[in-house]
Amino acid sequence: MKLFPIRGGIHPDYHKELSGECAIETLPLPTRLYLPVQQHIGAPAEILVSEGETVKKGQLIARRQGQISAPHHAPTSGTVIAVTEVPAPHPSGLSQLTVVLEPDGHDEWVTTLPEPIADPFAVPAEVLAERVADCGIVGMGGATFPSAVKLQLGIRHRIDTLLINGAECEPYLTCDDRLMREHADEIIDGARIMAYALGAGRIVIGIEENKPQAIAAITVAATAFPQLEIAALPVKYPMGSERHLTLAITGLETPARKLTADLGVVVHNVATARAVYQAVRFGRPLITRVVTVSGEGIRTPKNIEAPIGTQVNDLIAFCGGFAQRPERIIQGGPMMGTPLPNLDVPVVKGTSGILALTAAEINDRPSDPCIRCGSCVNICACGLTPVELAARIRHDDLEGATKLGLLDCVSCGSCSWVCPSHIPLVHYFNYAKGALAAQDREQRKLERTKTLVEANTARQERLAAQRAAARKPKAAPGGEVSA
Amino acid sequence: MSQAATATISGPFAHNTNTVQRTMFTVVLALSPATLFNLYLFGWPSIFLFAVTIGACLATEAISLLLAGRPLWRTLTDGSAILTGWLLAMTLPPWAPWWIGVLGAVIAIPLSKQAFGGLGQNLFNPAMVARVALLVSFPVVMTAWIAPHPLFSDHSPSVQQSVAITFGGEMPDGVTAATALGYVKTELSRGVPVAESLTEYGRDTTLTYTPDLMDLATGYKPGSLGETSAVLILLGGLYLMRRRIITWHIPVTVLGTLFVMGTIFNLVDSSRFAPGLFHVFSGAAFLGAFFIATDYVTSPVSEKGQIIFGIGVGLLTWVIRTFAGYPEGMAFAVLLMNSVTPIIDQYTRPRLFGRTRKGEPLPIKVSP
Ligand code: SF4
Ligand code: SF4
Repeated sequence: MKLFPIRGGIHPDYHKELSGECAIETLPLPTRLYLPVQQHIGAPAEILVSEGETVKKGQLIARRQGQISAPHHAPTSGTVIAVTEVPAPHPSGLSQLTVVLEPDGHDEWVTTLPEPIADPFAVPAEVLAERVADCGIVGMGGATFPSAVKLQLGIRHRIDTLLINGAECEPYLTCDDRLMREHADEIIDGARIMAYALGAGRIVIGIEENKPQAIAAITVAATAFPQLEIAALPVKYPMGSERHLTLAITGLETPARKLTADLGVVVHNVATARAVYQAVRFGRPLITRVVTVSGEGIRTPKNIEAPIGTQVNDLIAFCGGFAQRPERIIQGGPMMGTPLPNLDVPVVKGTSGILALTAAEINDRPSDPCIRCGSCVNICACGLTPVELAARIRHDDLEGATKLGLLDCVSCGSCSWVCPSHIPLVHYFNYAKGALAAQDREQRKLERTKTLVEANTARQERLAAQRAAARKPKAAPGGEVSA
Repeated sequence: MSQAATATISGPFAHNTNTVQRTMFTVVLALSPATLFNLYLFGWPSIFLFAVTIGACLATEAISLLLAGRPLWRTLTDGSAILTGWLLAMTLPPWAPWWIGVLGAVIAIPLSKQAFGGLGQNLFNPAMVARVALLVSFPVVMTAWIAPHPLFSDHSPSVQQSVAITFGGEMPDGVTAATALGYVKTELSRGVPVAESLTEYGRDTTLTYTPDLMDLATGYKPGSLGETSAVLILLGGLYLMRRRIITWHIPVTVLGTLFVMGTIFNLVDSSRFAPGLFHVFSGAAFLGAFFIATDYVTSPVSEKGQIIFGIGVGLLTWVIRTFAGYPEGMAFAVLLMNSVTPIIDQYTRPRLFGRTRKGEPLPIKVSP
């Protein structure tokens, strides 16, 4: 299939061999599961259970609130032993309201699971979107945007192409690779259901060429469906970025501040497609996910299908513990993942990997002055000039940085990766984006204050006028009466 | 930046193995074959001068750092001062006296680099500033090219003689020779057509030493360390490209422009203009194209900018060589282009993804 070139990109060390040949293993039930209310982009879910309550596998324990939100379900049967604040899997280490579940070991399904939809291609699209919403499915590539919202894009946009993202361009991660090799039929069924819900006639599954077995498995599974195409993508980071994948496969460049949907393209991850398959065909909510546990710090790297809420500790123990002292534990891939504050945080719906990386793997060192080598400029897939942006940000010139495209940066990390001076460019950009957002909030607050003050002044004036008006008749009645 | 902003660490948690130090030393490695060959060719005086120049660059770097209160060891070992000294030494007449090397170092490091704020901050290529300043101030010393005196050969000066040459300034008689470029230039000023002087260059018996064609190719000819062995310099340049330290953009455009300009004008009037190949193979054009114009700090950052820069250097080199007083135009050309690098950078920024060149979001285009 004809592909379109994308600008720049890098070729990091992939380290996929650490876990690529490890078939997905199912984690034995941990002794505790920790289910935070917010595992997705949007409003946190509202907890429906209380301490001491018993729940069954698949039972709704937190319902979605608002349009952009996702519900959560019990990954197994057991007892809610606490509903409390627990550190979230976030670098800040901030706590989040969390349901703590003690499995009873029976792993008993709830009897009120939604009915399987026998022929999903015969029901209205809304029914499918609703099912996906009810099953708590979010983007499992790490973006964690509620999938149902993305499935409803077909209502307001004319969608012609569904892209299934199997690029898995982050180093180390192999969970999507394994899913494609082992569950190709399910992914393709899920993809067809999503395409139908979106009204998209064309489905393209994009897989980087460094996953030949996945390509083969998907090709075999796709032969029965002519509307399915497979794109063997060149190995290049960040090929899996939604906009770049869209460009590479369709040749369409998403305009700044627009969605791919505006071009008629919707992108979903392979794991999401499989979750949709399970939700629609079996009525099963999203309660497990495949996580790659890897890095030189891990004794036996694995791909593990783990219940949502499993502590990182339990995963690492299942992999034989640490082989050597890791410098950092990362959630996600090394390029865009986030460091974990400790090992007591749970796996959530967006956790694609847990990496124990040694200092040698991270290869961090103090930064040197910029030597203007231009590498960052030539590899940025978004066409930015990171060297100039960093200089602006260092001088607190956020406006200048914005003009140079600060807000178009996808924080892919390529520029920091390539910089021979080890300048933490992405760190600058994230800082600047944060500062801009704060300015924005401040601005809005100011405006709100201003409106409040104005409203207040207006009210005062009105009151004063009323008082004056009230006084006047008193002063004037004689005259008026006399008039 | 505030503390709060630096509290959370941003990725990536992976990095390629490249460092500034490694980059600098790879360039040094690429220069080594040509350097060794030439040190052999010009013997002990050139070895002394080479050592003095690099030593002086390191010393002046250290002194500047101490005075500025900047960390000493890390910067001193980043390889940049060594590389500057190395490149400067390669453009000097090999038997020049020691103080030329020291003075060059003072101009290159404290005045052209540290005064601007250190590595990465200077507008002009330090080695070239030093070379041009020396050339303008000491034209005689700086154009005293000598004939090859290979080490261990009969006419190679002894260590003692060499000490006298480098440190005593006692240039023996009858050792200097004209470089091809210089010869053509001088002859042209006397009214001898280029084509004639080119053939004459090999035969002129008034010169103490003239190389034959074979010598021109292998580099057995008068010149600076970097200018004599085009083949070895080219090999070093290709190695740098292979190691992805440099890309083709600058060297190819510099040499290409030089060649095209030379060829066109030579076709128009071969009595006044030297042929393209002659331009490319003489006067350290290879050294300039692969090692000097490609200096990261003083050349544009984007590939498109580098192409413009390279064409500029090639064009100016040709113009200066052909019309101005200096047969050797590369250094001037590089410095001139250095001065417009910030402007080139500004106008050659890549187009932002999803935006037009002007920065507006692209219009929505739907697939057919
Ligand atoms: S992090 Fe931003 S600036 Fe750096 S390469 Fe990625 S998109 Fe470009
Ligand atoms: S990669 Fe680093 S050293 Fe090179 S130009 Fe960019 S910021 Fe400067």
